[in-house]
Amino acid sequence: MQLIFEISKPGRAAADVPAGDVPAVSLEDVIGASFMREELDLPEVSETDLVRHYTSLSRRNFGVDLGFYPLGSCTMKYNPKINENVAALPGFTGLHPAAPEAFARGNLELLFDMQRLLCAIFGMADFTLQPAAGAHGELTGVMMIRKYFEKKGEKRRRILIPDAAHGTNPASGALCGFETVTLGSNAEGGVDLRRLDALMTEDVAALMLTNPNTLGLFERNIEEVARVVHDRGGLLYGDGANANAFLGKTRPGDLGFDVIQLNLHKTFSTPHGGGGPGSGPVGVGEKLTDFLPVPRIVPCEAGLRWSSDFPDTIGRVRAFYGNFSVIVKAYSYLRSLGAAGLIRAAEMAVLNANYIKEKLKPSFDLPYDRICMHECVFSGSRQVALSGVHTTDIAKRLIDFGYHPPTIYFPLIVAEAIMIEPTETESKETLDAFCDAMAAIAREAEENPQRVKDAPLSTPVGRLDEVLAARKPDVCWSKPKA
Amino acid sequence: MDYCPHTSDDIARMQAVLGIKSLDDLFADIPRKFRLDGLPGVPAPLSEQETLSFMQALAAKNTLPRVTLTGAGAYAHYIPAVVGHLVGRAEFYTAYTPYQAEISQGLLQAIYEYQTMIAHLTGTEIANASLYDGASAAAEAAMLCAKMSDRPRLVVARSVHPHYRQVLQTYAWANGCSVTEVPYRASGRVDLPALAALLDQDVAAVIVQSPNFFGCLEEIRPLADETHRCGALLVAAFTDGTGLGILKPAGACGADFVVGEGQSFGNPMNYGGPYLGIFAAREKYLRRIPGRLAGATVDKNGRRGFVLTLQTREQHIRREKATSNICSNEALCALAACVYLAALGKNLARLARLNVDKAQYLKNRLADLAGWSEVFSAPGYNEFTLRCPDARAANERLAAEGIVGGYDLRADYPELDGALVLCATELLSREDMDRVAQILKS
Repeated sequence: MQLIFEISKPGRAAADVPAGDVPAVSLEDVIGASFMREELDLPEVSETDLVRHYTSLSRRNFGVDLGFYPLGSCTMKYNPKINENVAALPGFTGLHPAAPEAFARGNLELLFDMQRLLCAIFGMADFTLQPAAGAHGELTGVMMIRKYFEKKGEKRRRILIPDAAHGTNPASGALCGFETVTLGSNAEGGVDLRRLDALMTEDVAALMLTNPNTLGLFERNIEEVARVVHDRGGLLYGDGANANAFLGKTRPGDLGFDVIQLNLHKTFSTPHGGGGPGSGPVGVGEKLTDFLPVPRIVPCEAGLRWSSDFPDTIGRVRAFYGNFSVIVKAYSYLRSLGAAGLIRAAEMAVLNANYIKEKLKPSFDLPYDRICMHECVFSGSRQVALSGVHTTDIAKRLIDFGYHPPTIYFPLIVAEAIMIEPTETESKETLDAFCDAMAAIAREAEENPQRVKDAPLSTPVGRLDEVLAARKPDVCWSKPKA
Repeated sequence: MDYCPHTSDDIARMQAVLGIKSLDDLFADIPRKFRLDGLPGVPAPLSEQETLSFMQALAAKNTLPRVTLTGAGAYAHYIPAVVGHLVGRAEFYTAYTPYQAEISQGLLQAIYEYQTMIAHLTGTEIANASLYDGASAAAEAAMLCAKMSDRPRLVVARSVHPHYRQVLQTYAWANGCSVTEVPYRASGRVDLPALAALLDQDVAAVIVQSPNFFGCLEEIRPLADETHRCGALLVAAFTDGTGLGILKPAGACGADFVVGEGQSFGNPMNYGGPYLGIFAAREKYLRRIPGRLAGATVDKNGRRGFVLTLQTREQHIRREKATSNICSNEALCALAACVYLAALGKNLARLARLNVDKAQYLKNRLADLAGWSEVFSAPGYNEFTLRCPDARAANERLAAEGIVGGYDLRADYPELDGALVLCATELLSREDMDRVAQILKS
């Protein structure tokens, strides 16, 4: 398909600008020629061109509204439309973030109540809604851990991270100046208590734990894990990426987590927009509330107001207050589901994942065969050994069957990993059809492996040369020389 | 209302396949003592109709201003109707990050187009697919400079947006870097001799903004030269991106990184977010910059296609050695920016001129009022700083008329007590501005 630049024609524009109702000034006089740009080389297209171009592009994209999207760890549940309508109410979209609080009574009430509800659901003492995404929340959480020890006058340089963790965990730790130490998993995919005992020294600030972990397994020894970490003066960090598994079933605060980040674009159904915006609230226990980012909402005579008067805060992690409109959608979702809906979401998410796990067992290797939570992780190793068909081939072949592939090659501790997270919004019929497709691909891998290796066959482009893209990077278009 | 399609018959059949008697069996791994029975403190479900009424009532508790005179990092601009329609295509907004390129060509190509437009607008060679917002983009750029040079000091102009400076301070502290502020002069611009005096071999980056928080245009070239003399790098932010329709970008004046808030390009103010952090750089930093990058390549038949490229910089590959921890960015906001810029095309320059005209008109009207005067002499784009007899009273008077007034500098700049930063965009009519002047006339 052509680029927007390639359909540009001088003299066209899709958006006009009103005629001025005030005197036009001379830019040379009021700004000065030396501050003016020489050329403005943006596409020149009509509105029809523009709409057709981006509509055509949208047709080359796959979203959860088009079909099943079992991307493990990403919780691609259906995004209810009502929440889009709600977030688009002018009262929510039209307000400047620096507007006086008297203009923003509804917004402040919404944000404050969202914090309160998240505290109730996750068992934490307080929440910040400022971080813009899950990884941003992680960074914020690790900063608070750093501040906590700084305040105590303890120098702890290390953070423990299980080998199954999301890559953002070690990256967030490193971005806060911590040395990250990898904690190997035990045979059943959980925290190895012996190794934890050995590694959890006076130099370790925290253990960053994802529970359920990235194998989709709940940490059965969580009480012991928390005890070891706390006994040695450390803090327990929870990566809440997988929170969809336990809504209303248990609370991280009760399990001993001192800080946890959520991903509203996963657990609370806000659309992920092809890579964002997300929202990454961070909940803390009593030990860490003083360190939360500012500003925070505090009650006052007139109702609620913003306050930065918290001397031990880590400071700000972004401008203004967070991805407000995303929070509006998540809040609307939370209120519509209510307590009963959240519990049912977790139950159906876990039921769906276990159903897929059971149905696909005959076709694929299952390295950890026990009841899973919201997702299950298979291995494509059998197919590699049998016919040289790799997990990436299976994933690409799924595209031809009309599905978005699962997460692949993650977690790193499973060879040829296939990580499937169906979410609660998928029906039994959808799961059955998907499992049939997976089984058909497994058969095809034996009978006609080349066909699987050639996949996808139904997309506008075939497999792309990623090596070329990295070796000769082309990240900006340049006009061909005349 | 929940969105689970399961009938009781479905559940029974699925339980039979699993060989379990109750849904409780699925949660057996959670130690009994930590199991919840219900969710105290969380209200009962609402129907869709009730949800809408409830949320409408909440939105109605806000006061939607008739006129907004504050810029200060978020700008009230007209958004062409096409932007919402195209960004609202479910194929875009209900997708995850484009990990599977073959079914994500739409977003990947749009991001490639976005990167191209941003690099051009900022006068650089490359741009990433967005970071969280302008403030975090500035902080990420500064941290990258510190990491690349292994130098521990950052110097930031006091005329940079207070939130940007605060975020920079947070990131710097977490990385063991120190931040020093360089003052501004009576013109409103960075004090160049003071900057020169602060620079040494320990400084990794100098962070400035143009137009700056007061609305003044900085002279980037001399700042870049001074910064480079000690081997440091210049991170230049901007305020309202629409200004780039007419203003010479910092990338064309020697800046190494150009960052800023992209909200002005087709994204509503939304009480602060989601916005998008624009991050652009010199080509030589391509393999070091944070964030996702869409790159062009070909498939085996030679057809052009797009992928997420140079992923070895990123956390999911490099873990603790990644150039940043960012995963989700602000893709949909970047798509809005892309569509907005493609819709305006060269009209972005006309729009920017109109902003200048409006700002000049408002500034002149207000500066004519008794006791009101311009604080700084340097020229600006659509924001300007005025001193007035009583800034708080002025804003209160405007608020009483449903108008969001100027940004009161008292809290962030005690030395500028009594001064307001005001902004005029194309949304202000002459009538609005005359009315503002009328209200403020004592």
